[in-house]
Amino acid sequence: MITLSLMHYLAVSLVLFLIGICGIFLNRKNIILMLMSIEVMLLAINFSLIVFSVYLDDVMGQLFSLLVLTVAAAESAIGLAILVIYYRIRGTISIDQINLIRG
Amino acid sequence: MYLLIVFLPLLSALTVLSFGRYLGREGSVLLTVSSLFITAAMSTTAFYEVALCGSVCHIKLAPWITSELLEISWGFLFDSLTAVMLVVVTYVSALVHLYSVSYMEEDPHLPRFMSYLSLFTFFMLMLVTGDNFLQLFLGWEGVGLASYLLINFWYSRIQANKSAIKAMVMNRIGDFGLALGLMAIFAVFKSIDYSTVFATAPFFSNENFLFCNLELDQLTVICLLLFVGAVGKSAQLGLHTWLPDAMEGPTPVSALIHAATMVTAGVFMICRCSPLFEYAPDALFVITLVGASTAFFAATVGVVQNDLKRVIAYSTCSQLGYMVFSCGLSSYSVSMFHLMNHAFFKALLFLSAGSVIHAMGDEQDMRRMGGLLNLLPFTYTMMLIGSLSLVGFPFLTGFYSKDVILELAYGKYTVSGTFAHWLGSLSVFFTSFYSFRLIYLTFINKTNSHKSLIEGAHDAPIIMAIPLMILAVGSIFVGYVTKDLMIGLGTTFWSHSLFVLPVNMTSVESEFLDASIKCIPLFFSGMGATVAFILCYANRRLNFRLTSNPVGRGIYTFLNKRWLVDAVYNVYGAAPLMRFGYSTSFRLLDTGFIQMFGPRGLSTLLLELSSLASRFQSGYVYHYAFIMVCGATILVGFINLWPFTSLYLSNKLYFIYVLLALMCASLVNPSVEENK
Repeated sequence: MITLSLMHYLAVSLVLFLIGICGIFLNRKNIILMLMSIEVMLLAINFSLIVFSVYLDDVMGQLFSLLVLTVAAAESAIGLAILVIYYRIRGTISIDQINLIRG
Repeated sequence: MYLLIVFLPLLSALTVLSFGRYLGREGSVLLTVSSLFITAAMSTTAFYEVALCGSVCHIKLAPWITSELLEISWGFLFDSLTAVMLVVVTYVSALVHLYSVSYMEEDPHLPRFMSYLSLFTFFMLMLVTGDNFLQLFLGWEGVGLASYLLINFWYSRIQANKSAIKAMVMNRIGDFGLALGLMAIFAVFKSIDYSTVFATAPFFSNENFLFCNLELDQLTVICLLLFVGAVGKSAQLGLHTWLPDAMEGPTPVSALIHAATMVTAGVFMICRCSPLFEYAPDALFVITLVGASTAFFAATVGVVQNDLKRVIAYSTCSQLGYMVFSCGLSSYSVSMFHLMNHAFFKALLFLSAGSVIHAMGDEQDMRRMGGLLNLLPFTYTMMLIGSLSLVGFPFLTGFYSKDVILELAYGKYTVSGTFAHWLGSLSVFFTSFYSFRLIYLTFINKTNSHKSLIEGAHDAPIIMAIPLMILAVGSIFVGYVTKDLMIGLGTTFWSHSLFVLPVNMTSVESEFLDASIKCIPLFFSGMGATVAFILCYANRRLNFRLTSNPVGRGIYTFLNKRWLVDAVYNVYGAAPLMRFGYSTSFRLLDTGFIQMFGPRGLSTLLLELSSLASRFQSGYVYHYAFIMVCGATILVGFINLWPFTSLYLSNKLYFIYVLLALMCASLVNPSVEENK
């Protein structure tokens, strides 16, 4: 039986985070996928916060994680709201066509 | 009175220059001519007091420059040397002023002309009376300026403008040497007052100093640099090309500036600095060679010139060569004597030539003259007196100075002396030839000019005749009258103004030469006259045959084109310099490199860089995200590698980083270059 050490947990968290990042900049089609990637990144951070909280035997990490959950919920709510408004104006949510403000 | 001699011409020049419009033609003419005659009278008095009675007058007027060791004051020194120059300058100038009144009668800008003439006289007087080198330099540059103004007096003629610029530039080359010489004098003597420099000259002989990283004899370097100045001003071989071209000015200008006064400034300066030159034998050697070569060169060129004034201009050049090599043989007094005599007969020749030109309706080509003997008997007489004096006809003025110069050269018994003697004697032959050629072509031969010109020909009006007569009297008698005074054995006339080392004194040897040697110049000039008689009058077919075969034509062209010196200067000197000025310094450097690395290149580079930077803002969210992640990674990496990166973070290096970045960007981005 493999004993799970701190490194394993952190590795999972890091991989999850990197998947979120890759999802942001490899994804060229759908803006909803982007929001989901941000959620994934926030989950990865939450995960590592909880892992460290258990490892260090400190409740503060779990407190932060609860806070991040609320912030993430609020953020995705606002993000989806912006998305809906954007869709109403442009009629599309393809990221390829969102480049009106180039330099 | 002594100060008035110098400043009266300045006053009249400035008055006429400022108020000529209100004075009118008569008023300005009256003012300038009368002030010049008063100056001449006063300088005669000065000559009597200073030179004859031996009371040297030294006036310290006011301080000029005071800066630590350098102390220069406005000072005027009247000794024998200055007195002789004063008499020459003021007399010739006064007579030329008077002559111009009639000669320039129909010119609309007569007041300006008279004012420039007076201004020139002032600068020349400033040059000869100064008691320090800076004042000499002031006069030196001033006469150059006045000569520029006078040569292109008819400023609407392009040729006059070009000649004036040429005169100015050629003179300026010499002036640069003179200025270097003055600086060297100050560096060595720590003073540029004549009295200090000349008194201490023996103590600095045979000592070296560094010049252009070479260890050279001090006095030799100083004297050679001063001589470069004299070469420019006195039209010696090398910088002589401006003098014949300066004939573009009105004839009185040629008489005043390019015959009697300005060109003698170089000889005067060498004589003035005789205490320096005496301790620099190498410089004297160079002076002798250059002077003798000039005498020979100009005499041969004068032989085939067809322009009346150019012939006389080359004769001036040749006679200046005599004066200079006489200085090189340490006979400064003889040189000054010849200078004085030459001023009289050369002014006479030029003014007579002016009279001829005036009579022929401004025709200057001798080939289109002839037969003026019966039409202009007075002018012919004057011209003949001048020419005979110039060729050294016995008992005329030129005889007394020119023959002595040649005898001195023979009596020197050195390489340079013998060289100078032979070239000088040959020049006598050519001088005689071209003088008589001029007489024959202009006066005696059958005429070649138009009937209308012959009809209108008239002898000089009385105002032009008076100066000619006075100068003719001078050309006949001055040499005889002042011979014993100025170059007699043991004369005390020059007192302390000229200095000759006893070793270099050869007047006794030259006095007791063989009679056969003494007759050489006379023989040569007689031969020249005979050849001129044969070629230009008696047997002109022979003349034609001589110049029509290939060899003869080659020689003729070579001499007529002034030994091709001007062509060589233009092709190998002027043209490359002009090309350098345009293509290298202007096109390559100013609008090329400096623009590219300076304002224009930098601004273009910044524009390119900023457009490059703004192209990063593509508008695509995933690009932004990628850059954000990259930036975050770099920042984290930078902070984590802090012990290593901190080594490279000295703020002295930021500037170099910026430059490197710019250079890399310009290398990466070739479009920056294309925009040039």
